[in-house]
Amino acid sequence: MNNWLAQHVRVLLSTLSRLLTTPVASLLSIMVIGIALSLPTGVYVLLQNVQSLADQVVGAPQISVFLTMDASKDDIARIGKQLQQHAAVDHVEYVSREQALEQLKHSTGLTDVIGGLTQNPLPDAYIVYPKKSDAQTLEALRDELHTWPKLEKVQLDSAWARKLEALLKFGRLVVLLLAALLSFALVAITFNTIRLQILTQRDEIEVSKLIGATNAFIRRPFLYFGLLQGLLGGAAALLIITLSLHLLNNSLAGLAQLYASNFTLHTLPAGDSLTLLLFSAYLGWMGAWLSVAQHLWQTEHK
Amino acid sequence: MISFNQVYKRYPGGYEALKNVSFDIAEGEMVFVTGHSGAGKSTLLNIIAAIERPNSGSVIVKGQNISTLKGGALPYLRRNLGLVFQDHKLLFDRSAFDNVMLPLQICGFDHRECAKRARAALDKVGLLQREKANPIALSGGEQQRLCIARAIVNRPTIMLADEPTGNLDTDYANDIMGIFKSFHQVGVTLLIASHDEGIPHQFGGRTLALKHGELQPTSTGSGQA
Repeated sequence: MNNWLAQHVRVLLSTLSRLLTTPVASLLSIMVIGIALSLPTGVYVLLQNVQSLADQVVGAPQISVFLTMDASKDDIARIGKQLQQHAAVDHVEYVSREQALEQLKHSTGLTDVIGGLTQNPLPDAYIVYPKKSDAQTLEALRDELHTWPKLEKVQLDSAWARKLEALLKFGRLVVLLLAALLSFALVAITFNTIRLQILTQRDEIEVSKLIGATNAFIRRPFLYFGLLQGLLGGAAALLIITLSLHLLNNSLAGLAQLYASNFTLHTLPAGDSLTLLLFSAYLGWMGAWLSVAQHLWQTEHK
Repeated sequence: MISFNQVYKRYPGGYEALKNVSFDIAEGEMVFVTGHSGAGKSTLLNIIAAIERPNSGSVIVKGQNISTLKGGALPYLRRNLGLVFQDHKLLFDRSAFDNVMLPLQICGFDHRECAKRARAALDKVGLLQREKANPIALSGGEQQRLCIARAIVNRPTIMLADEPTGNLDTDYANDIMGIFKSFHQVGVTLLIASHDEGIPHQFGGRTLALKHGELQPTSTGSGQA
C-alpha cells in the first residue's frame, strides 16, 4: 500500500516537473482553459446576482386579500393574525374599506361619482408581503388562502415575477449551453496537449509495453497531467472571475451611489468554486484518458 | 517451457514468414535460432513475446497459450521474459541507470530495492561505472550490454535475444555470449537468434535452423565451448 502510494506520489511529482519544464506552453494551455471556463461561470455569477437583486428589490410581489362584506371586526382581526403567523408571509398591511375609498377618491379623480354613493362598495383588505418572490411560492400561497373562510378574493400580481423567472430560466439555459460547449472545448484542448506529449514519448510507451507495462501504468502520468492542467485551468477561471468582479464593482460603486443604493456584485460562493475546480479537473482527466486510449487502440490495431 | 505446434504466420500481402513450425524447448535449455535474414527468426521470437500473433497453430509459453491470451494478461507474461532487441530499443532521454530501472518501476517495486537490483544488473554486464551516461554516449557493444542488463533486471525465467552479436566485432561478441552463457548456467531458458552459424558451434546448445520460414531438420548443436 505504501509502495503503491509512493509510486503515485512519484508520478505526480514528475508530472509537476513536466509542467514546469515547459512554462510558456503550460501557462498558455492553462489560460485557454481558464478563459473557456470563465465565460459560462461569469454569466452564472451575474445571473445569481440578478436573482438576489430581484429578491431584495423594494415593491416585491404582493398578494391582495379581500374580505367578504359581512366580515365582522373579529373576523378581520382573526384573519390578520392568521396571515401574520403564516410561515411564508413576511408581513401584512391592513387596508380598511374607508381607507380604500379615500385612496380611490384621490387617485382616480372620481370624487363626484364616489360621493354619490350611499354605501361604501369596497371590502376590507389585507396586503400580504410573502418572504419569497418566486412564482411557485406565490401561487402556492394564493391557492392556500383561497380555502380560508370569510375571504372574498385573493389576487396575486405575479406577472412581473413570472417574467423575471422566465428571463432567469432563459439565462440559466444559456449558461448550461455555454458550459456544455466549452466543456467539450476543454476536453478537446487536453486531448490535443496529451496527444503531443504522447508523440514525444512514443518510444518510451513502446518500450514500456514491450517489457510488461500495463495500460494503466502507461496512462497514469498522462491522466495526472490532464487532471493537474484542468485543475489549474479551473483556478485560472476563478482568478479571472474574481478580478473581473473586482473591476466591475469599482465602477458599479459610482453608479450605485447615484441611485442611493449600495449594490455590489457577489463573487462565486465557496461551494460553487469547489465544484468548478473539481469539474475542470475531471474534464482534464477525461481528455487525457481519451487521448491515451486512442493512442493505445491505434498501436494495438495497426 | 516453450512449445510451438504447427505455427503459421502470414503477413498481409501473402508473404509467409513461418510455415508449419513445431518444436519444444525444455526449461533451462539454451537454443539458437539460425537462418539468413528473412528466414523468420525475428518473427519466431516476436510470437513468443506476443508482439506478433500467429495466424494458426498453438504457441504455449510457461503453460499459457499465447494465441488466446487476453490483452490484460499480456503485461504479466512479458514480465517473465527478458527481451534483448536487435535495435536495443534504449531510451535516450535518460541515463543508463534509469533505462535499467524502467522494468522494475513498471512492476511497482520499492524504489530503493529497485536501485539495488538495477546496479546489480549493470554490474553483471560490466557497465556499473557508466550508470550515469546517456545510452547515446555508449558504444554499440555497450548499448547491447545495457539492453541485456535491462532484460535481466527482472530476473526473467526466459530470455529472448534477437541478433545480440549482430553488428559487433568478435571480441565484443564473445563478451556478450559469455554473459548469456552465465545466465544459462543459473537455469535461465535462452533463445538466441543469430544469422552467424558459427556461434552455436562455438557455444553449444541446440539449433533451430530456419529457411524461408520452415524448420530444417538438424542435429542438436555440436561442440561445447
